[in-house]
Amino acid sequence: MPSQNGSSPTVALHVEDLTVAYQRKPVLWDVDLDVPAGVLMAVIGPNGAGKTTLIKAVLNLIPRAAGRALFFGQPYEQARSLVGYVPQRGSVDWDFPTSVLDVVMMGLYGRLGWFRRPGRREREAALHALEQVALADLAHRQISQLSGGQQQRVFLARALVQDAQIYFMDEPFAAVDAVTERAIVGILQALRAQGKTVIVVHHDLQTITDYFDWVTLLNVEVVASGPTAATFTPENLRRAYGGRVSFMEHGQAAIATGD
Amino acid sequence: MGRDEVRVWGGILAVALLGVLFVPFSEWALGVTYDHTLRTVALGGAVLGVVSGVLGSFAVLRRESLIGDALAHAALPGVGVAFLLAGRELSVLLIGAGVASWLGVYVIHLLTSRTRLKQDVAMGVVLAAWFAAGIALLTYIQARPDASQAGLSSFIFGQAAAMVERDVQLISAVGGAAFVVLLAFWKEFKLITFDVEFAAANGFPVVLLRLVLSTLIVVAIVLGLQLAGVILMVGLLIAPGVAARQWTHHLGQMAALAGVMGAFAGGVGAILSAVDRKLPTGPMIVIVAALLVFASLAFAPGRGLVWAMLRQRADQKRYAARHVLADLYKYASDHGGASSGVPDAFVRGVRGGEAPIGLAKLQRDGLIQASGTHWTLTREGIRAAEQAERSGQGGDDGRT
Repeated sequence: MPSQNGSSPTVALHVEDLTVAYQRKPVLWDVDLDVPAGVLMAVIGPNGAGKTTLIKAVLNLIPRAAGRALFFGQPYEQARSLVGYVPQRGSVDWDFPTSVLDVVMMGLYGRLGWFRRPGRREREAALHALEQVALADLAHRQISQLSGGQQQRVFLARALVQDAQIYFMDEPFAAVDAVTERAIVGILQALRAQGKTVIVVHHDLQTITDYFDWVTLLNVEVVASGPTAATFTPENLRRAYGGRVSFMEHGQAAIATGD
Repeated sequence: MGRDEVRVWGGILAVALLGVLFVPFSEWALGVTYDHTLRTVALGGAVLGVVSGVLGSFAVLRRESLIGDALAHAALPGVGVAFLLAGRELSVLLIGAGVASWLGVYVIHLLTSRTRLKQDVAMGVVLAAWFAAGIALLTYIQARPDASQAGLSSFIFGQAAAMVERDVQLISAVGGAAFVVLLAFWKEFKLITFDVEFAAANGFPVVLLRLVLSTLIVVAIVLGLQLAGVILMVGLLIAPGVAARQWTHHLGQMAALAGVMGAFAGGVGAILSAVDRKLPTGPMIVIVAALLVFASLAFAPGRGLVWAMLRQRADQKRYAARHVLADLYKYASDHGGASSGVPDAFVRGVRGGEAPIGLAKLQRDGLIQASGTHWTLTREGIRAAEQAERSGQGGDDGRT
C-alpha cells in the first residue's frame, strides 16, 4: 500500500478488491493499488504472480471475480480514450499480410468509429509515431520482415499514436537487444516527462532502479507498491519471490537466480 | 510500395484473363459447347469462387480451415431435414444447411468450454456425427418413390449440372450482401483478425464482430454446397486464400487475388466437370484450386520454393567457388607463387564434393584455367583470391 501519496495529487489508476480466478484457483487475490499520475511504474513478481493478468483484468480483457478499476476516477468504459495498451509481442501472428504503417494506424481505429477508413490524417499521425520510435524508414515494410526489437517498437508506436494518458505495457523488454532496450527506455521516460503514466510488466530486476521511479511487487497479492527507493528493498523482494532471489546488499541491486 | 503493388494487380488481371480465355480454349481443345446449361454452370462456379475465395481469406488468416471443414460437413443433415419439410427449393435447403452448421459449431464450442475435450476431438466427434446423420437422411430420402429428390445427393460431392439460373441469382445476391457487410466492417475485421486483444481494449465488441465474420464464412460455405459438395467445400474456401497469400503482403490484395483465383477454380472446375455428366464437380474444382496453390507455393516471388531452391543452388556454388579459390591460392603460394599450377587431384582430395562445383564455377567466371592435370589462377583469379583473403570470410558478396 502506498503510504506516501503526497507526491502527486491525482491518482491515474485506482484498483480495489480485484480478484481473478481461473477454475476456482485465484490468480489475483484482493488487489488494491493506487498509481499516482506521472510515474513510470514497473510491475514485478515471479512467474505466475499474475502480472499480465493484472493488466488484462483492469482493461476488462478477462472476467474478474470481484473488484473494480478506475482510470482518473472513471471506469474503463468511459476512460478508454485515456488508456493505451501494448500487448505482449508474441500474442499476434507477425506473418499477417500488412505493413508497419498499417499496424500503427490500428491504434486510431477506435477513435475513427464505425464505417470510417483511415485517411491522410491517420497516416501522418502514424508516421509521426514511427519517427518517435525511429522506425520511419520501415513504414512500408511488411511486418513479417521485422526483427523482434522492431516488432516491439511497432507495437509501441501503435500505442503512442493513441495519445493516451496512461499506458499499460506487457513485457516490452522481452527478448530485445540492448540497443532496442535503451531506445524503448528513452521513449518511456519521454512519456513520463510529458506527464503520462506508464505501467510496465518487467522481468529484469537489475534495471528497476535505473528505469523506474515507482514499483509494484506482485505475487498473487500485492506485496508492496510505492516509490522505487522505498519499495524495492531486499525485504520486499524476499516476500515477493520467496527464497529465489539473492542480493547484493550494496546499492539495492538485486539479481534473480535461476528458476 | 509502388512496384510490388502494381505487380500484384497485374497478376490479378492475368488470372482473370486466363479464366476468360479458358472458355474458347475448352471449346477448341475439349470440344465443349457452351449451351445455356453450361453457361449457367460456368457463371455459377465463378461467382461462387469469388465469394468463397474472398471470405475464405479471412478463414485462412484466422487459422479456421478445420472449423470450415467441420461446418461444411455439419451442413448435410440440415439439407435432408429441409428437403423433408419443404421439398427441393435451393434457398430453403441452404437455410437448413446453415442452421445445421451453426448447431454443429455451437456444440463444438459447448464441448470444448464445458468439458475437458480439446477442440480437435470435439470437432472430430461433431463432424462425424452430423455427417453420418446427413448420409443416413439422404439415403432414406433417395429410397422414397417420388422423383423430386433427384440431385439431392449432389450435395455430397457437388454436381454442377443440378444448377439452374435461379440458383446463380441466389448465390450472387447472397454473396453480394456478404461482400457489403465485409466492406462495411473491413477495418474491424482486419483488427480482430490481427490482434483481438488490442481490439477489445479499444472497445470494439469483439464477440459480436467475430460472430458476424464467422457467419459470413458460413454463408460462403453454405452457398457452395450444391456445387462443390459438403466434403470438399473447404477446399474452395481455403485454397484460393492460401494461394493468394503467397503473392502479396497486403490484406486487400490478398482478398482480391483470392477472389479471382476462386473464380478461376470454380469456373474452370465446373466447366471441366460438365464435360462429362458423371464427373462430380467438387473434386474438379478442388483439383484446379489445389493446382493454383501448388503453383503459388512453387513460383511466388520471395516465398516460392523454386526460387528458394535456385537461391540455395547459387549460394552453394558461390561458397564452393570461394573455398576452392582459397585452396588453390594457398597451395600455389606455398609451391612457388600464386600463378603456379595446382594438381587437380589435390583440390578434389581436399574439397571432396565441393571441388567439381567450385572448379566449374571458377572456370566459367574466368578465374582459373586448366592446363593438363593442373589448375592455374588467372590474373583475375589471383586478384579475387587476394581480395578475399584481405576481407576475410564474409567479405565478398556474390562477386566470386
